[in-house]
Amino acid sequence: MRVALAVAFALAGVLGGGGPAVAERLVASLTNHHVMITSNYTGVELVLFGSVEQDATSLGRHGPYDIVATITGPRETVRTRRKQRVLGIWVNTQARTFVDPPSYLAVLANRPLDAITGADNLRRLRLGIANTPLPELIHNDIGEVSNDPFRAALVRLMGERGLYSEQSNAVTFLTPTLFRAAIALPAQVPIGDYDVDVKLFADGSLIGHTNSAFEIVKVGFEQFVVNAARDHGVLYGLAMAMLALLTGWIASVAFRRD
Amino acid sequence: MQIYLPIADIPVNVFLVLAMGLAVGFLSGMFGVGGGFLMTPLLIFIGVQPAVAVASVTTHVAASSFSGAIAYWRRNAIDVTLALTLLAGGIVGSAGGVALFTWLRTLDQLDLAIGLSYVTFLGVVGVLMVAESARAINRSRRGKPAELRRPGSHIWFHGLPLKLRFKRSKVYVSAIPVLAIGFIIGFIGAVMGIGGGFLLVPMLIYLLRVPTATVIGTSMVLIFVTMTATTVLHAATNHLVDAVLALILMVGGVIGAQFGAHAGQRIRGEWLRLLLGLLVLSVGLRFAFELVLRPDDLYSIRLVGGAL
Repeated sequence: MRVALAVAFALAGVLGGGGPAVAERLVASLTNHHVMITSNYTGVELVLFGSVEQDATSLGRHGPYDIVATITGPRETVRTRRKQRVLGIWVNTQARTFVDPPSYLAVLANRPLDAITGADNLRRLRLGIANTPLPELIHNDIGEVSNDPFRAALVRLMGERGLYSEQSNAVTFLTPTLFRAAIALPAQVPIGDYDVDVKLFADGSLIGHTNSAFEIVKVGFEQFVVNAARDHGVLYGLAMAMLALLTGWIASVAFRRD
Repeated sequence: MQIYLPIADIPVNVFLVLAMGLAVGFLSGMFGVGGGFLMTPLLIFIGVQPAVAVASVTTHVAASSFSGAIAYWRRNAIDVTLALTLLAGGIVGSAGGVALFTWLRTLDQLDLAIGLSYVTFLGVVGVLMVAESARAINRSRRGKPAELRRPGSHIWFHGLPLKLRFKRSKVYVSAIPVLAIGFIIGFIGAVMGIGGGFLLVPMLIYLLRVPTATVIGTSMVLIFVTMTATTVLHAATNHLVDAVLALILMVGGVIGAQFGAHAGQRIRGEWLRLLLGLLVLSVGLRFAFELVLRPDDLYSIRLVGGAL
């Protein structure tokens, strides 16, 4: 699927570069390529800037431009569980494993996606959360399930945490060719590499795209704690045990009354 | 002031968590229990994932019971032989509990297991404590003397082999029930994120007939060693002990416990037991409602390999 996408992009590139109709170039950049999670991190907002560069042949020829920016976070396998009443209590009885869905997915546009281009085009370009593939593990096979309530639940729950979002007013054009978009990263944002894919549309067709990326890292003490806990579990545990005993001892000395 | 918890992956208000540590520490000092059974539900309530809450509270309980054990050690109120025998069972129990914890997590049933064990243990212990203390209060109201210990009464396991003499506690009993009690406390402690003091103290008093002079100090020793071992095991297998969360809880907890211990000395024993019983029972009921009432959302998600 990635290959197919790459081919599609290459084709678009060839058509864009060689075709007589399209001569716009899309440039975009982020305000920050490293987001640091420190002890006072409670979420952050990145800004994506970009402009559509026109040359002499394209000047004024296209109607208003449309931008769709897709931000995809690191991929991690997720289980979605459903509760059912068993003997009067609510128990997780069914579960589906989603293989490597993005842990963060934001689709930002300047107007509703279906107003920018047709449904077929959106499906083909995999634009929007509904068109993003979220493959499931089915009997050791990986595939898509249509109209799956577990998929809907995953999208909804990720949405409630601010991790999946589709916003049709997040991109604003400052001038007809200059745009900006705010990327909201909530407090529970997963660490890792994020891809930013920006697509330029005019009159319902894709006429350009560009990529960017940023990285979310834990730094300093947070980084140290996470690494220690993950890579040196036993040592970390022993250190925690020592810390507990030390705290207990200090308390008993500090409050000693005899 | 918000602070980001590196393992739980959420920001929390430091003062809120510190206040929770103080409040639970106060109650634990007042009633002579670890307070894990209150702290774990509170953390889950403010949004910490149950698995991280359980693992981090073990560290907090280790700290508060260690400071308690030191205080009892100074007063020479610890039966070392009894504590060591209980411990032999307790360490094995902790390892078993952590293994069950890990297994339940992969089955998506950890939250259910935590909920069910809270309802069962807190419900039973709460009812027993309330009933017993209400009887005691009634008796003293009618002006009758408090019921004395019945030293002669034998339970079936008093006939078991491998008898040991626990000098400090003046009991002569088979090692098998002592090891079994240690095992049970270690096991459920690891699964529920509690020290198990509220289970251990009645078991030692009613089953082994350990006198009140040594019971709390000895149980504190068992709890601090099993909880220390459980902290290491949880960190090594599930990587879920949050150092920042545990530290805030510990600091609040040990300070609160000192004030609680003072307050506890001013209340009569049976009233203290009644209050503790009601507290235990209400936490149990809270979990029961959660299991029985239809949840707001039937679906939930868990990152595989992550901490959800």
